Amino acid sequence: MAEDIVLLADQVSRYFDVSRPWLQRTLAREPKQVLRAVDGVSFRVARGSTLSLVGESGCGKSTVARLAVGLYTPSGGEIRFEGEAISAARAQPDLRRRMNMIFQDPYASLNPRWRVRDIVAEPIRAFKLLSSTADINARVGALLTQVGLAAADGEKFPHEFSGGQRQRISIARALSSEPEFLVCDEPTSALDVSVQAQILNLMKDLQQRLGLTYLFISHNLSVVRHMSDRLGVMYLGRIVEIGPAAEIFANPRHPYTKLLLDAIPDLDMVGRSRTPVGGEVPSPINPPPGCPFHPRCPLANARCKTEKPQVLHLGTVEIACHAAEEGRTTA
Amino acid sequence: MALLDVVDLVVEFPTRRGVLRALDGVSLAIEPGEVLGVVGESGAGKSLTGAAIIGLLEPPGRVAGGQILLNGERIDTKTQEQMRPLRGKQIGAIFQDPLTTLNPLYSIGRQLVETMQTHMKLSDRDARARAIKWLEEVGIPAAAQRIDAYPHQFSGGMRQRVVIALALCAEPKLVIADEPTTALDVSIQAQIITLLKRITREHGTSVMLITHDMGVIAETADRVAVMYAGRVAEIGPVAEVVKHPAHPYTEGLMGSIPSLTHRVDRLRQIDGSMPRLTAIPTGCAFNPRCDKVFDRCRRHRPGLVPSGKTQAACWLYATEAANG
Repeated sequence: MAEDIVLLADQVSRYFDVSRPWLQRTLAREPKQVLRAVDGVSFRVARGSTLSLVGESGCGKSTVARLAVGLYTPSGGEIRFEGEAISAARAQPDLRRRMNMIFQDPYASLNPRWRVRDIVAEPIRAFKLLSSTADINARVGALLTQVGLAAADGEKFPHEFSGGQRQRISIARALSSEPEFLVCDEPTSALDVSVQAQILNLMKDLQQRLGLTYLFISHNLSVVRHMSDRLGVMYLGRIVEIGPAAEIFANPRHPYTKLLLDAIPDLDMVGRSRTPVGGEVPSPINPPPGCPFHPRCPLANARCKTEKPQVLHLGTVEIACHAAEEGRTTA
Repeated sequence: MALLDVVDLVVEFPTRRGVLRALDGVSLAIEPGEVLGVVGESGAGKSLTGAAIIGLLEPPGRVAGGQILLNGERIDTKTQEQMRPLRGKQIGAIFQDPLTTLNPLYSIGRQLVETMQTHMKLSDRDARARAIKWLEEVGIPAAAQRIDAYPHQFSGGMRQRVVIALALCAEPKLVIADEPTTALDVSIQAQIITLLKRITREHGTSVMLITHDMGVIAETADRVAVMYAGRVAEIGPVAEVVKHPAHPYTEGLMGSIPSLTHRVDRLRQIDGSMPRLTAIPTGCAFNPRCDKVFDRCRRHRPGLVPSGKTQAACWLYATEAANG
């Protein structure tokens, strides 16, 4: 059966020029510096499912989120939304309406001078989905009720709400254009755990009820495990392992995925200790040659230091690792 | 005797609209060599407890009641001048953001040397040798060369290692670590937690580990105090609190953390949010969100009572005899 793909990324890259200003650069005789935030990433998101991308700071996951909704244009490769190139999709209101985004910080993503009613109604007005004020107000009320707030809350300003409630307003706004595809960039990272549980439950309920498709970006693997159908692990702008979430959690193959899973403090860790992997994420401006993970990898050998690993299919999982390809378990 | 004994601590903030009680009767004790975790959501008062102990409450905040005893001696009544020799020497501190903890204008070696010479009689040469030894101990590579580097030349994880060295270099008996790994990535967090555990065990230092991350506590602490709305909701051995929580809030909190090992369809959720300081409910502060609430919870505030191996501030476990 062919999968119904909502979003397809094919070898997408996004580079940023981070050189110093021209004059300083010329005087100091420095070359141009390019930061490869995303470097050849491919994935697909099937309708009604959740693909999560995880990784540490600077791995490029938020850049992918912005690429996915067309806020950045790719430096290379292609992103297709409903079969259309993302730039073309952005130009068509009825396609653009079908994607939306939820941001991390509910304090920064809501205009403090607008009433909640206007914040939530903005996409409805922008896409001219409803015209009469009465209809719009009724729709806003329904949306607020749907995310667990009261219709009367529309009269208030964002500062009157707690972090969790603000994130509910963000979700209501994201849903107001009746999208099918939502990009969620760390939607619960700014929230306390009990509030995080409320938001995650709400997002799952909405997905089931409205058949939403999520691209979920997070650094928190336990949140990701709770939310995802498929999971991609990113490191220095690349996807090192991607596949069904259950499979990756049960049987992580890439050494970096193993490191991440081992590093998470879990409630079951009471009284146990472990040996963490040393080293830190290198700069994406000067990534190590070969496999970018090799300086920290316990399995790295001469090949890993020189040859960039290609993505290969291992059962249901795609993985970029020489050791996994060769079935190597030591350096 | 406990190294640190906090008894019925009350911290208040006078404001124009009245006095806000941010900590209301917090009691906890830390034994020598013990790691006590303090966990709670934003605004529960966990950082404030740490700040009160080390005497760094931001004015107009003030200790309005209770006692803080270090080695049996009251320290909450000391003036800033009297507290100064204690800080660093008796109580060390590690804060969340290593960049603001370190002075950007001084090399890390100078900061270490200054701290040690303030508290111990050391010659410049001895202090420098010790500083290098400390940097090696916290895992800074090529410590002898890096000692003259400035904070901005280190990565976040390395800076936090320097902060740990700085907190421990005068060999305090107690270290207050306030969210020491929150600003760090998970793989670096694991390194720092392991380092903190090893180094405090080797030096016999007690730690008060303040964090919102129950996973970090589960891995590091011996005992844990769960705070809610400026009060201790439950305190006990970490394994008991995690596996068999007694207080309904602790139970909800544990259930709301997504697990890595078993997937559930829905997370347990506690509806509502923590009350603001201006609107703490009478009786038990948790009663409007509690699913086991009964009449007494709304009228009287529960004290800590034993329940199994932990102590919980909950009327479910109070016998009539225990509270007269």
